[in-house]
Amino acid sequence: MNSFVDQFSTHSPTAQLKRAQKLIAAEEDDYSDAAWGSQAGFGGMIKGIPAFKVPAVADPTAFLRLHTDDHADPNCRIKIQHGTTTLAFRFKGGVIVAVDSRATAGSYVASGTVKKVIEINPYLLGTMAGGAADCQFWETYLGMHCRLHELRNRERISVSAASKYLSNLVYSYKGMGLSMGTMICGWDKTGPAVFYVDSDGTRLKGDLFSVGSGSTFAYGVLDQGYRWDLTDEEAQELGRRSIFAAGHRDAMSGNTCNLYHVKEEGWDFIGNYDISKMYYEGPGDVPGAPGGGYGYAIRTEGRSAANPPPS
Amino acid sequence: MSIMEYNGGSVIAMAGKDCVAIASDLRLGNQMLSISSNFQRVFPVTDRIYIGLPGLATDVTTLRERFRLRVNMYTIKEEREIEPEAFTHLVSSTLYEHRFGPYFISPVVAGISKTPTGGIKPFIAATDLIGCINFAKDFVVSGTASSKLFGVAEGLWEPDLGPEDLFETISQTLLNAVDRDAFSGWGAVVHVITKDQVITRKLKARMD
Repeated sequence: MNSFVDQFSTHSPTAQLKRAQKLIAAEEDDYSDAAWGSQAGFGGMIKGIPAFKVPAVADPTAFLRLHTDDHADPNCRIKIQHGTTTLAFRFKGGVIVAVDSRATAGSYVASGTVKKVIEINPYLLGTMAGGAADCQFWETYLGMHCRLHELRNRERISVSAASKYLSNLVYSYKGMGLSMGTMICGWDKTGPAVFYVDSDGTRLKGDLFSVGSGSTFAYGVLDQGYRWDLTDEEAQELGRRSIFAAGHRDAMSGNTCNLYHVKEEGWDFIGNYDISKMYYEGPGDVPGAPGGGYGYAIRTEGRSAANPPPS
Repeated sequence: MSIMEYNGGSVIAMAGKDCVAIASDLRLGNQMLSISSNFQRVFPVTDRIYIGLPGLATDVTTLRERFRLRVNMYTIKEEREIEPEAFTHLVSSTLYEHRFGPYFISPVVAGISKTPTGGIKPFIAATDLIGCINFAKDFVVSGTASSKLFGVAEGLWEPDLGPEDLFETISQTLLNAVDRDAFSGWGAVVHVITKDQVITRKLKARMD
């Protein structure tokens, strides 16, 4: 009403608000930044969900949609990693998680040694497709909350609960340009479990998923060879062979394949396989591999006049 | 996305001592999907001239036939084989004829030319898609991996390489450049042209 008088009054709503704000600020200072090592990372998260600065405009969501990555608008965007192949499937022996390792920026191969499997904790794995930073940050953050869940409830978090925690979290940022397509994989009371979670807020439970530009190629091999009662060796070979197919045909996927196997006791890193080496020579001396290169030209060498034996 | 990157592919040519080399990858793609690992885009024009045609695949075939026709007409009229310089100008004017609706190809020419004194001289050149000629003494690049090829070639090329050293240099340049390009690779072929022979070799390349 009378703002000038308000400023000097001790009982006005403005004054009360000022007092309340002071009180909150004091409470926040109970934990100095030094206590958390730095202001980066997850320090300050004791105060709840990390708060991010958003653009100072009337509608930040609309503004961000205009300028950041969104599959509805392929043009102007803050470029982030897109080409990828990741897969995960559930079978009687656990969960197989296999990914490629190529990072592209447009047509430029920015890296061939990216770790696209995020080790959330010793019995939970997350895969990375879409924004590398988004996946890395939020899945690490998820790991922190899984640990808090353990401490509070004296019990490991279920894969379902962990994935729901992540999907609820990314949903709260919907429209702000987060980009992630991930599979949360693990083994809990219910047995092996795989959940697909993406930045649109989708969360799906399933036996078999593949995400990324190479997913169609991976699905082709995966669907053809998938059975529930696969042996451990057969399952690992299927994961490897599917990533090979995607790395071979998809320009934006390739370089190497990282293979993980989640068992009852937690996950195991099985190995890193060069995709070009798999084309010519196969994955090497590993259980489940048929021996010889996976490449069509290699497998059919000497079988026809079009592909004569080497002289 | 640019039509020049629709099918992918790259070509490089290098000059050596009394020899030239021209090399290309063998990928044919539909944007991100790789279709063929045996798509030739380097063709002989005469015994001593080769042309590389990176760009839109449909225009590779069209231009190859167009150049074949025009070189044959030249040979009949002039009653002699075309020289690399003349052929490069033929390429340039053919492309400029389509100034306002171009072929989506930026060719690379490599050959050995005869000097008036009876000696020989290595010749390499490249043009853009409407025929602007770039004569170079060292190397020329073209295609989706051209920026990467420039970098590697700048580091590896040296003057007066013999045929075998030139082969090694151009092979390493091509192989390492296309590994950094998502739209090139899937096999490679190298032609080394000397005074009296052409050595053609296929390279074992990364297949991803």
